[in-house]
Amino acid sequence: MTWLLALILLPIVGALLVAGLRANDRTATLAALAVSIVELLLIIPLWLAYDPSGERIQQASSMEWIPAFGIHVSFGIDGIALIMIAVIALLVPIVIGAMNSTGKLPQGRTAGGFLSLILLQEALTIAVFAATDVFLFYVLFEIMLIPMYFLIGGYGGANRQYAAVKFFLYSFLGGLLMLASAIGAYSLAADRLGQGTFDWATLVTVVREAPASTQIWLFLGFFLAFAIKAPLVPFHTWLPDAAGQAPIGVTVLLVGVLDKVGTFGFLRYCLPMFPEASRQLAPLVLVLAVVGIIYGSILAAGQRDMKRFVAYVSIAHFGFIALGIFAFTPQAVAGSATYMLNHSIATGMLILVVGIVAARGGSTRIADYGGMFKVTPILGGMLLIAGLSTLSLPGTNSFISEFLVLLGAFETRPAYAIVATIGMVLAAAYVLWLYQRIMTGPVRGDALVGVWDNTAARSASVAGGGGSQVGGGPGTAAAPEIGAKKAIRDLSKKEIAVLAPLVVLIVVLGFYPKPVLDTVTPSVNATVAAVQER
Amino acid sequence: MTPTYYLLLSALLFTIGAVGVLVRRNAIVVFMCIELMLNAVNLTLVTFARINGSVDGQVMAFFVMVVAAAEVVVGLAIIMSIFRARRSASVDDTNLLKY
Amino acid sequence: MIASSWLLVAFPALGALVLLAGGRRTDTWGHLLGCATVIASFVYGLVLFFGNSFAEATDTTLYSWIPVDALQVEFGLRIDALSIVFVLLITGVGALIHLYSIGYMAEDANRRRFFGYLNLFVASMLILVLGNSFVTLYLGWEGVGLASYLLIGWYQDRPAAATAAKKAFLMNRVGDVGLALAIFLMFKYIGSTSFEQVFAGIGDVSPAVVTAIALLLLLGACGKSGQFPLQAWLPDAMEGPTPVSALIHAATMVTAGVYLIARSAPIYNLTPDGRLVVTIIGAFTLLLGAIIGCAYDDIKKVLAYSTVSQIGYMMLAVGLGPFGYALGIAHLLAHGFFKAGLFLGAGSVMHAMNDEVDMRKFGGLRKAMPITFVTFGLGYLAIIGFPFLSGFYTKDAIIEAAFGQEGWRGWVFGGSALLAAGITGFYMTRVMLLTFFGKQRWKETKSADGREFHPHEAPPVMTAPMIVLAIGSVGAGALLIIGNNLADFLAPSVGVLEESTHGVVPHALVPWLTVLLSALGALLAWRLFALRDTAIERPQDVSWPVRAARKDLYGNALNEALVATPGLWLTRFAVFLDNRGVDGAVNGLAAALGGGSGRMRRLQTGFVRSYALSMLGGSFLIVAALLLVRFS
Repeated sequence: MTWLLALILLPIVGALLVAGLRANDRTATLAALAVSIVELLLIIPLWLAYDPSGERIQQASSMEWIPAFGIHVSFGIDGIALIMIAVIALLVPIVIGAMNSTGKLPQGRTAGGFLSLILLQEALTIAVFAATDVFLFYVLFEIMLIPMYFLIGGYGGANRQYAAVKFFLYSFLGGLLMLASAIGAYSLAADRLGQGTFDWATLVTVVREAPASTQIWLFLGFFLAFAIKAPLVPFHTWLPDAAGQAPIGVTVLLVGVLDKVGTFGFLRYCLPMFPEASRQLAPLVLVLAVVGIIYGSILAAGQRDMKRFVAYVSIAHFGFIALGIFAFTPQAVAGSATYMLNHSIATGMLILVVGIVAARGGSTRIADYGGMFKVTPILGGMLLIAGLSTLSLPGTNSFISEFLVLLGAFETRPAYAIVATIGMVLAAAYVLWLYQRIMTGPVRGDALVGVWDNTAARSASVAGGGGSQVGGGPGTAAAPEIGAKKAIRDLSKKEIAVLAPLVVLIVVLGFYPKPVLDTVTPSVNATVAAVQER
Repeated sequence: MTPTYYLLLSALLFTIGAVGVLVRRNAIVVFMCIELMLNAVNLTLVTFARINGSVDGQVMAFFVMVVAAAEVVVGLAIIMSIFRARRSASVDDTNLLKY
Repeated sequence: MIASSWLLVAFPALGALVLLAGGRRTDTWGHLLGCATVIASFVYGLVLFFGNSFAEATDTTLYSWIPVDALQVEFGLRIDALSIVFVLLITGVGALIHLYSIGYMAEDANRRRFFGYLNLFVASMLILVLGNSFVTLYLGWEGVGLASYLLIGWYQDRPAAATAAKKAFLMNRVGDVGLALAIFLMFKYIGSTSFEQVFAGIGDVSPAVVTAIALLLLLGACGKSGQFPLQAWLPDAMEGPTPVSALIHAATMVTAGVYLIARSAPIYNLTPDGRLVVTIIGAFTLLLGAIIGCAYDDIKKVLAYSTVSQIGYMMLAVGLGPFGYALGIAHLLAHGFFKAGLFLGAGSVMHAMNDEVDMRKFGGLRKAMPITFVTFGLGYLAIIGFPFLSGFYTKDAIIEAAFGQEGWRGWVFGGSALLAAGITGFYMTRVMLLTFFGKQRWKETKSADGREFHPHEAPPVMTAPMIVLAIGSVGAGALLIIGNNLADFLAPSVGVLEESTHGVVPHALVPWLTVLLSALGALLAWRLFALRDTAIERPQDVSWPVRAARKDLYGNALNEALVATPGLWLTRFAVFLDNRGVDGAVNGLAAALGGGSGRMRRLQTGFVRSYALSMLGGSFLIVAALLLVRFS
C-alpha cells in the first residue's frame, strides 16, 4: 500500500469511527482532530517520497474496477496534486480546531455527524486529486458533492437549503457534461487502440491526436465542468450563496480546496488532453478570466456581507488562476499551480478570521462593525495579515503566485495581463476597505446588539423562505450582552495556535517558495510542453 | 387461404378494441376491449408463426394468455372494489390520481 | 564584510518581529529595542561605509527566491555607492527619529507597536535600496507602502486617518502596477530582473521598449514619491504621527522614486524621451506643490506640500540624466536632513500645543520653545536656500543644471525651478512667521478638546535629534556639493556627473538669482504676515487662486470625479447586475423549469381514457417515425 492510499483511507476510517462512536461533542472533536493530525503527518513521508525529477505520476497504484470498459481504480500524484493534497491535510485540522470559535452547530446536530462528514470530504477530495483514471475522476468528482451537500444543507445558515441545492445542481450539471466528454474520449481511444480505456496517461496520448473539431467538443464538456467548479464568471453565482450559507469551516474547505478541483482539472485534463482545442479557445477563456478578475473585485467591494465578500474575492482570484493556466508559459502555469496552494492558505485564513469576527459579533453584515481593532488587536492583526496576503503584498505567499501569473501571462498575452493588473489595485481597494470598515474608526456598540435577527430575516426574504433562525450558523452565538466592548474577546491562546500555522506559511512561502516551486515545476513544464505547438 | 386475411382480421379486432377502450366509460367494457386487443395480437403472433414455420410466435401467444389471465384476476378485483366503494363502474369517476 | 550585509536588514526586521509578535510582554522595553536595532544597522552601515572603496558594486546572493524555468529571481543585496548612501540616510535619520519617538509617543499606550511598525518600515526601506534586482526592490517598495499604511492609520479611531491610510496605499498601488509592468517588460525582452543583467541587456532592446520601461518605472516613482498625477495621498498622509511624517513622508520613503530613477540610470540614459517626461513631471510638480503650500494653515500640510515640491526638484534633476543624477541624490540627502528637522520641529510644536496643527492658533512661540525655534529656523533657512546652508548648494545645483539645458527646455525647467524657489521662500517664511513670531494668538483660544494652551519645550530625547538634524541642515549641502564630493563618490553607480558648458543663463548668475527670488518671496511673506495681524479664523472671502490652492488645485476633486464616484456607481451597478442579471438568469432558469413543470402537470387529468388516447397517439408517432426512417 502506498502512502497515498493510506492518506485516502485514513480519513474514511476516521469518519466511520467518529460517526460510529456516538460520543459527546468534545470527544468527537478530539478524535477527529487526532485523525486529521495523523493525516497531516502522513503528508511528510509522501512529500519526501516524491521525487520532482522522477516520473510524472508517482505513488501509482491501480486495480481493476469495471474491466469491460477498461475502468480502473488507480491513484497517483504529480507535483501539483501533491501540493493540493498537502494543503487539504493542512486545512482540515485547522478547520476542526477553529470549529468552536467560528460558530455553534445548529440545534439538534452533533459534532460527530459534522466531523465525520468533514473527514469524508477530506478523503474524497484527496482522492479526486489523486485519481489517474478519468472515469474514476468523474465518479469522485460527483461523489464529492454529497458530503458537501449535507454539510451546507444540514449545518448552514438560515438559507442553507437553497444554497445547498443550488450548489449541488450546478456542480452536478457540470459533472454530467464532463461524463459525456469522458465517454467521447473513451470511444476515441476505442477507435484508435481497438480497445477503450479510461486510463489518463493513455487517453492523453490518444485524444491529443484527434482533429481540432472533435477536441473542441470534448474540451467544452470538461471545461464547463471545471469552469463551474472553479468558478469562472459567468458560472459563479452558486459560490456566494454556498459560501455565504455554509458553516465557516465548510466554507474554508469549499473555497479553499474543493473549488481547486476545477483549476486542477484545467491543468490535468483540459490542457494535455486537448492541446489544440485549448490553444484555439484560449482567448475565450482568457476573456472570462480577466472579466472574472475585474468583475469579482468590483463585486467584492460592493458586498455588505463578509462571507459573500470572501466568495467574490475568490472569484477574482480564480480569474488569476485561469489567466495563468491559459497563458501557456512555464512561469504563468507555475504561478497558477502555486496560486492554488497560496489561495487556499490566504483565503482559508481570511475566511476563518472573518468567521471568528462574525461569531464574536453575532453578524456577518460588515456595517454592523467598526473600530474592532481597538478592542481586539490580535484578531485585527490576523485579519490584516490574511487581507495582505489576499491582496498579494510582496513578502506574502500570494505575491509569488500572482507575480508569476502576471509575468508569465505578459510574455504571451500582454493585453490580458495589463488589464489583469488593474485587479491588483482593486484587490487593495476591497481588502483595505473591508479592514477599514470592520477594524478602524470609532468603536461601534451595535456590533453586538440585535443584529442577527436582521440577517436572518433578510437572507430568508431573498430566497423566499427556508430555514428557521435557530438553525443559523455562526450567528447563533449566544445572545450578545449589552456593553459591546467587554463582550468581544480577543483571540485566546488556543485560537492563536490554530491560526499560527497559516501565518507562518504566509510569510515563509512569501520569502522562500522554492520548495513548492521546485515541486510543481516539472509537472508544470510537462503540462506546458504538452500544450505548446509542436 | 393466405395469411393476410388473418392479419386483416386481427387488425380489425385490435382497432375495435382500441376504439372501445377510448370511447366506452364502463370499466368492464373497457376491460373486455383490452382483452380483445390482446387476443388480436395473439392472432397476429400465431399467424406469423405459421408463415415463418416456427413455434416462437405460438409460445409468445401462450405467454400473452397467461399474462391476460393474471390481468383479468387483478383487474376484475380492482374493478369490484372500486364498484363497491363508489357504486359505479365508470372509469371517468375514478380520477382521483391526478396532479 | 559586505557578504554579511544582510545584517543591515536583519536587525530591524528582527526588531519588528519581536515587537509585533511579542505582544504586551515587550511593552516595557519595546521602544528601546526598536531604537537599538536601527542604531545597530546604522553602526554597521558606517562600518561598511568606511571599510570599503565602492569603486564597483558588490552583489551578494542570499538564496534563490523565485526559480521557475527561465525566470530565476534571487534574493540578493547590492552594496554600492548609491545604496550605501541611502543606507546611511535611512538608518541615520531613522535612528534619530526613533529616539525622538520615544518622547513623542511616550503617552501612547501602544508605543511598542509603533516601534514595531517603524522597524518594519526601516527593514523594508533597506530591502528597497539594497535589493539587487527589481523584484527585490519591489518587495521593499510595497513593504514600505505597508508600513506607511499602518503608520498613517496609527490613530485608528479617527476615520480621517483610516481613509488617508487607505488612499495612500491605493495610490501607491497604482504606481506599483507601473513598476510591476516594467518588471514584466524586462523579463519579456531581457529575460532577467536583476540589475546586473537588465542593465547589461538593456542596450539590445528596441528604443520603444526602453521608453516604455522608463515611463512605467516613472509611474511607480510618481506613486511612491507623490508626484503628479499621484500626489494627492501625501498631504493626507499627515494624519499619521509626526515622527512618521518626518521619517517616511519626508526623509526616506517618498524619495524612493528618485532612488528608483537614479538606480535605473542605465535605462534612462538610453531614452531621452523618457527622461524628458521625468523632467516635465518634476518641473510641474515642484510648482504645484509650492503653490498649494502657500494656501494651507495646517503646518504639517504645508510641510507635506513642500515635500512634494522638493521631490519635484529631485525628479527634475534625475530627469536631466547624466547632468543631474548625483545632484538629485545630493538634494535628496540634504532634504532628508532639513525636512526631517522641520517635521520634528513641527512635531515638537504640536506636542507643546495639544496636537494643534492650525498655524493661525500659534504665534510667538519662539520664547516658549527656544531650541525648537532655532532648529526649525535652521531647517527653514536651509530649505529656502539661504546662502551657504544645505539648500543653497543642492537646490542651486539643480537649478543651474536645469538652465544648462538647450533651448526651450532650459528656459522652462530652469524658469519653473527658479520661480518655485521664490514661492518656497514665501510659504516657508509664512510658516516661520505664523508659528514663531508675532502675537501669541494661542492665548486667545483653546484647542479642539477645550484645553488651554501651555506651550513648553520638548524633553531632551526629542530636542537632541532635532539638534543633530539642524546641524545636518547647515552642513550637508556644502559637504556634498563643494568639490563634487558626492558626485565623485556616486560615479560608479550612476555615472560621472556631466556639467553643461553652455546654457541659457550664465552659471555664475544662477545662485544669486535664486537667493534674490527667495528673498523676494520671504519679503512678501514678511509684509503680509509680520506687518499685519493674522486672524485666528480662516478668512473665507479670498481670491480664486487662493481658493483653488486651498482645494489642492482641484487634484482631489479630479480624483473624486474621475475615479471615486464612477467607481462607487460601477460597484453598485455590478452588484445589481450580478444579483439580478447573472444570478437572476440562473434563478430564472430554475423558476422557468419549475413553472413549466407546473403547467405540464395539468396534463395528468386522472382520466384513464385520455391517458389511453395519448398512449395511442404516441404509438402512432413512433410507428410513423419508424416507417419514415425505414422507407425514406
